[in-house]
Amino acid sequence: MIEFKMPSLGADMEDGTLVEWRKKPGDLINRGDIIADVDTQKGLIEIEVFEEGIIERLLLEEGVKVPVGTLMAVLRPLDGETEDKDTSSVISPEEPEIREEAAVKPSIEKEERRVKITPLAKRIAQENKVDFSVIEGTGPEGAIVKKDIEKTMAGSAVPSKEVVRPDEQAKAASPTIKKELRTPSTKAIRTAVAAAMSKSNREIPHYFLEKKINMSNAMSWLKEINSHRPVQKRLLAAALLIKSVAASLDEVPDLNGVWEDELVIKNEINIGFVVSLRAGGIVVPSLKNADLKSVDEIMEWLNDVIPRARSFNLRSSELSDSTVTISSLGEGGADKVFGIIYPPQVAIIGFGNIIEEPVAQDGMIGIHPMLFVTLSGDHRATDGMIGSRFLTALNKHLQTPEKLGRV
Amino acid sequence: MKMEKMTYREALKQGIREALLNDERVFLMGEDVGHYGGAFAVSKGLLQEFGADRIMDVPLSESGFVGAGVGAALAGMKPIVEVMTVNFSLLAMDQIINNAATLLHMSGGQLNVPLVIRMGCGIGRQLAAQHSHSWEPYFASVPGLIVLSVGTHEDARGMLLSALKSPDPVILFEYTFMLNMDKEVAPDAGAVDITKAKVRRDGKDITLITYGNGVYKSLEAAEELSSQGIEVEVIDLRVLRPLDEETLLASVAKTHRALVVEDAWRSGGMAAEVFSRIIEKGFFELDAPLQRLCGQEVPIPYPRHLEEASVPQPQDIVDTIRKMIGL
Repeated sequence: MIEFKMPSLGADMEDGTLVEWRKKPGDLINRGDIIADVDTQKGLIEIEVFEEGIIERLLLEEGVKVPVGTLMAVLRPLDGETEDKDTSSVISPEEPEIREEAAVKPSIEKEERRVKITPLAKRIAQENKVDFSVIEGTGPEGAIVKKDIEKTMAGSAVPSKEVVRPDEQAKAASPTIKKELRTPSTKAIRTAVAAAMSKSNREIPHYFLEKKINMSNAMSWLKEINSHRPVQKRLLAAALLIKSVAASLDEVPDLNGVWEDELVIKNEINIGFVVSLRAGGIVVPSLKNADLKSVDEIMEWLNDVIPRARSFNLRSSELSDSTVTISSLGEGGADKVFGIIYPPQVAIIGFGNIIEEPVAQDGMIGIHPMLFVTLSGDHRATDGMIGSRFLTALNKHLQTPEKLGRV
Repeated sequence: MKMEKMTYREALKQGIREALLNDERVFLMGEDVGHYGGAFAVSKGLLQEFGADRIMDVPLSESGFVGAGVGAALAGMKPIVEVMTVNFSLLAMDQIINNAATLLHMSGGQLNVPLVIRMGCGIGRQLAAQHSHSWEPYFASVPGLIVLSVGTHEDARGMLLSALKSPDPVILFEYTFMLNMDKEVAPDAGAVDITKAKVRRDGKDITLITYGNGVYKSLEAAEELSSQGIEVEVIDLRVLRPLDEETLLASVAKTHRALVVEDAWRSGGMAAEVFSRIIEKGFFELDAPLQRLCGQEVPIPYPRHLEEASVPQPQDIVDTIRKMIGL
């Protein structure tokens, strides 16, 4: 038996449609005869047979589309006999089967509270630092419009909505419900971290700088301050480090901003502080206007925000608007951390371990507590020189902690 | 100066006549434009005045005579081709898009096609679906064309003169609905600016963007709203391609609200394009959702009351704006 199959008429041909049989069962086929017309992506093509025989059976009905290699007909060789082969099933045209990938289920992110506000009203509110989340809108669908913002600015409108803070809501709700409502799955956090970090690594050309900072003065100052304080009021080094970063960014503002096809330097210094979660993953609460906060205020913020971050009890506003990020590994961990920038920001500062090292100073070798500070910068936005200036400023501030503590 | 009262039809005719007098390369060709005086009597009497060489009747073959117009333009003439209504222009679409609009590109900038195609457009006087459509948006999406909409008597008188100055093909939409409408026109009215949209009425509360049949309807609605204390800025787009973004954005920056009124079908209409431009460049000026009043998405019906219901009317505009302002 000679098997005649749907031929491949080019590497890119995947299938063909039988348009017409030119021969019928019983016909003698000579080498080079045209047996059928087949429609392909390249048009209607006459199909030749390169063997001789008599057509035993046609296995394909006209109008059927089949993949390359599908058996179309069986020929009996001139000198051969009929063989039994299960070729009884003729392929007929049928309704095309719809084969498409299942639709992707859109992910739904819940926002804490969506405020309906027109673009113009929002712009005016932001320009004038009006907190529009407490204004009752009078526009279409209850949206806040320009008029509402202007009224608020004129002081004629009293915020009319009861603002329910999430933590208060949480108190009212039963603990089980709270857990269901608030705790995103580990997978969801992982996905979010993966998305942000992949984007960063894909788009941001990072440069990395490192500086070793002598923390003798800073640690002595902290020790001195803390010795007069009850345990719960004591300052951690992290608070001082955040303060020193804010002060240094004030001097080197190029690192405090976002990349939007160009560097946009932000006036506010909002520092994102990476908090790692026990089950894996991170959240990054934002300390707003860090440069205007005292070390004590920063310490209070840390005491308040870290436990809430770990229990997913932050408001969305507390997670947004950071202009730079600090990743601090804390004591006892790795010596250095080289951060991946959180887009669209342009820098991340990494604080490693503080460890005692022998250091040459003023011609003497002494043992000093040393901190490894790294800076990852977006090379589209700034160059190493700027980064270096920042680390130098940071070093300077940490040598005079009493000045930082004064504000 | 004393204004002269004339119909939209008369204004169109005066424009054509002036163009023929100004430049001997200008000629008019189209179905029944000569002996019959034009299907809508716009060219009545011109054959007698200018002769058969300049007022040319053509066979009923849109593809053929628009193609002839493209050829004449390439050969140095200034043809005005009349396609009786936009409904028949589909037969000439290949000539309009593949030739008139594209030859400059295909010839590497060597061949300009200074052709003007006039088309009757829009609902009229119960002419039923195949004679009544508003298809301006189709043409406005084609690069290489300049697309103008004659929404007032002033433009009926002068827009053709401006169009003839263009080195590139111009589609000129004229509106059957307005032919018998009388308005005051300055006796010395002439060419108009066809690069800019025109603010037809100044206002501070909302921007109403329209064209064609929408212009007078919008002005009527604005008058009514003014008596209710709402000042509507009415912008006549005039040039549907290329769109004059600047005028639109400046107005929206003033009023912070916009409504588009058009007779064309809603999906993919001019409103959709106008809104895209506003959102792209004027997003932070918006104090209300953008709204549009467009033609109902049906073939234009024959009965008068249904024909009227198929496109926005002044009362619809008044109602919509009152709602947008929050009244």
